[in-house]
Amino acid sequence: MRRAVPLAYIARNLWVRRVTTALTAGGMALVIFVFATVLMMTEGIRATLVATGQPDNVVVLRKGSNAEITSTIGREQAGIIESLPGIATDAAGQPLVSREPVVLNSLVKRNGKPGNVTLRGTSATGLALRPQVHIVEGRFFRPGSAEIVVGRAVARGYDGVAPGSTLRFAGRDWTVVGILDAGKTGFDSEIWGDSEQLMQAFRRLAYSSVIFRLAEPSSFEAVRARLEDDPRLTLEAKPEIRFYAEQSEQLANFISILGTALALIFSTGAIVGAAITMFGAVASRVGEIGTLRALGFRREAVLVAFLGESLLLAFVGGVFGLAAASLMQFVDVSTTNFATFSELAFQFRLTPVIGAKAIAFALAMGLIGGFVPAWRAARLKIVDCLRAA
Amino acid sequence: MFLLRLLLKNAFRHRLRTLLTIVGLMVAVCAFGLLRTIVDAWYAGANASSSTRLVVRSATSLTVPLPLAYAERLRAVDGVTAVSWSNWFGGVYVTERNFFPQFAVDGASYLPLYPEFVVADAERTAWLRDRRGVLVGRTLAAKYGWKVGDTVPLRGTIYSGTWNFTIRGIYQGADAGVDQNQMLMHWGYVNEIQRQRFPGRGDSVGVFVVGIRDPNDAALVGQRIDTMFRNSLAETLTETEKAFQLGFVSMSEAILVALQAVSLIVIVIIMAVMANTMAMTARERLAEYATLKALGFPPEFVVKLLFGESLLIAVIGGVLGVLVTLPLASAFANAVGTLFPVFRVAPETIALQLLAALAVGVAAAAWPAWRSSRIDIVDGLRHVA
Repeated sequence: MRRAVPLAYIARNLWVRRVTTALTAGGMALVIFVFATVLMMTEGIRATLVATGQPDNVVVLRKGSNAEITSTIGREQAGIIESLPGIATDAAGQPLVSREPVVLNSLVKRNGKPGNVTLRGTSATGLALRPQVHIVEGRFFRPGSAEIVVGRAVARGYDGVAPGSTLRFAGRDWTVVGILDAGKTGFDSEIWGDSEQLMQAFRRLAYSSVIFRLAEPSSFEAVRARLEDDPRLTLEAKPEIRFYAEQSEQLANFISILGTALALIFSTGAIVGAAITMFGAVASRVGEIGTLRALGFRREAVLVAFLGESLLLAFVGGVFGLAAASLMQFVDVSTTNFATFSELAFQFRLTPVIGAKAIAFALAMGLIGGFVPAWRAARLKIVDCLRAA
Repeated sequence: MFLLRLLLKNAFRHRLRTLLTIVGLMVAVCAFGLLRTIVDAWYAGANASSSTRLVVRSATSLTVPLPLAYAERLRAVDGVTAVSWSNWFGGVYVTERNFFPQFAVDGASYLPLYPEFVVADAERTAWLRDRRGVLVGRTLAAKYGWKVGDTVPLRGTIYSGTWNFTIRGIYQGADAGVDQNQMLMHWGYVNEIQRQRFPGRGDSVGVFVVGIRDPNDAALVGQRIDTMFRNSLAETLTETEKAFQLGFVSMSEAILVALQAVSLIVIVIIMAVMANTMAMTARERLAEYATLKALGFPPEFVVKLLFGESLLIAVIGGVLGVLVTLPLASAFANAVGTLFPVFRVAPETIALQLLAALAVGVAAAAWPAWRSSRIDIVDGLRHVA
């Protein structure tokens, strides 16, 4: 008789030992929760920063500096960049180039702790270069004035940053005139003001970066070569998408290494838990195993039955852990990005890949924890079993 | 004596299960200890700070420099005994992965302010004499195999170009809490090159470090400094070195909170595993406990048996966990390298690990013990495991 033990029988066994099942599955759920949350955090940081870049935009920085705050581009260099061929123009025929000074400004968060907010000098062209950014409240700043607009995450996370209020920095008072929504990208964590006004206030002689749009996205290599071969310039150009992706790398890697290490350590605990539960299940059902075998179920069927029980246990734990982790999507978090030294607001992000990975991880724990007990159950001799019962 | 023998026999009746439980506990206790050590390492900078030093930085943010001319004015402030300054150099050694902090400092005034950096007199003089010389920490030198006299090339991210520095001295910390991963170069040299390359820039200072006479006056002196520069071109923010360092810690607060939450979750996981084992033990032995009661043993005896067994397993697991933590922590410190300058398992961490193991042992036995002590003799005898 080559029959498998029915699934209902397997499931009912778990139900009979409810308390033990709940404790074991609970331990696994916690491990999966940690595992999934970490992956979601890494994914959230990546998604936020990658979405910040536009495919046909190019960022120019000083050679060797990886972030805008450490880069400097003089006015004459910016002029040379502006005269490059291949830059897109707007409806009025003006080249789509934005010269931007970037400064970090320390503000007080709602929880009383200081945070570094990126202060970006830009212009109407800078806004046009980022189609994902919209003004949702108030209006854009007037050129040549001490007005600023703040990102949505800044308005939410920091004290006294609302339309109509003033911020004091660089010896001046700046009026907040609007809130910008950047569609959950990095610009949500920034404050924007007029380029020239900020340069004057901070007594800077150089911009931090120059951003322009390519007329033809495929012409990037030609533009880059022209820019980097120019002996007057010590600059480097990067597609905006790659620039922001690189900024997410360090933090995302750190979190994913730390998180994976933790999940692996915990999983040892959960596997041990599963193994104890399954050994217990085998020990208390020796008689039953004997009966099953006597009825004609083969060793393999018994092995599969116990392994199935362990996998089902792990699956239940995995589903609960993942469900708890999916609630984290409603939590807003912000942390300092080491690469830019500034605050970055982001959200936990659950993707199908993460879901699949979490469930696979849970099943792997169940498999490892359940294999030896199931093997032992399958190896028992019928006579011994029946005698023990 | 009889109780102890019974306990030992009971605990190891299911050898495999007990062994697995001990392993689970060991892993969890060890993970808990490691996590706490990581969190401690984050705060190491703040704990090693001196109460007689203030840090003066731009009110805007740390990345905005202050003019060098402030040094003279700071010296004149009442209560200030010494003034020095430093800039974050931010160079890359070979690749970005080899991160370690580098500061361009005014050597002659910096070392007296930091007595915890211990340097041999000859090396100190050699460093002060060589404008391209650097002082490196002992841990850092050991990591890359540097010796006095070696040349270290750094690729500048803030100060562009390639810089070649010569190691003139190796410092060590006066105690275990001192960061031995830093590299100190001469601010004067960096500034001079910067001025040659970019005329009109330079003479800028990242932070001023101010020594004060009386730690109790820290707030007052800080206030005097900030008032002096209010409404000037570069307003300042003065705080104690500890507050300054804690500012860095709070930047990665989200990660720290997550780590602390996770170390609590670890304890919950061990509890689940342990409680599970004890619940199974109690269920299997209901008939036995009923027999003991029928023989005339009071209910407390059964309770003692269960608690004793649970505690015995917990203590074994806890002690093994602590023993495993120590070598693992040093392996981890080697793996992350210079990311955490100070990484050691604190005595409080070990105490907390043992305490956590004990708490788990008690908590795991509570519910089964309560149930078994209340079991009706007849029900218990009828019960088949």
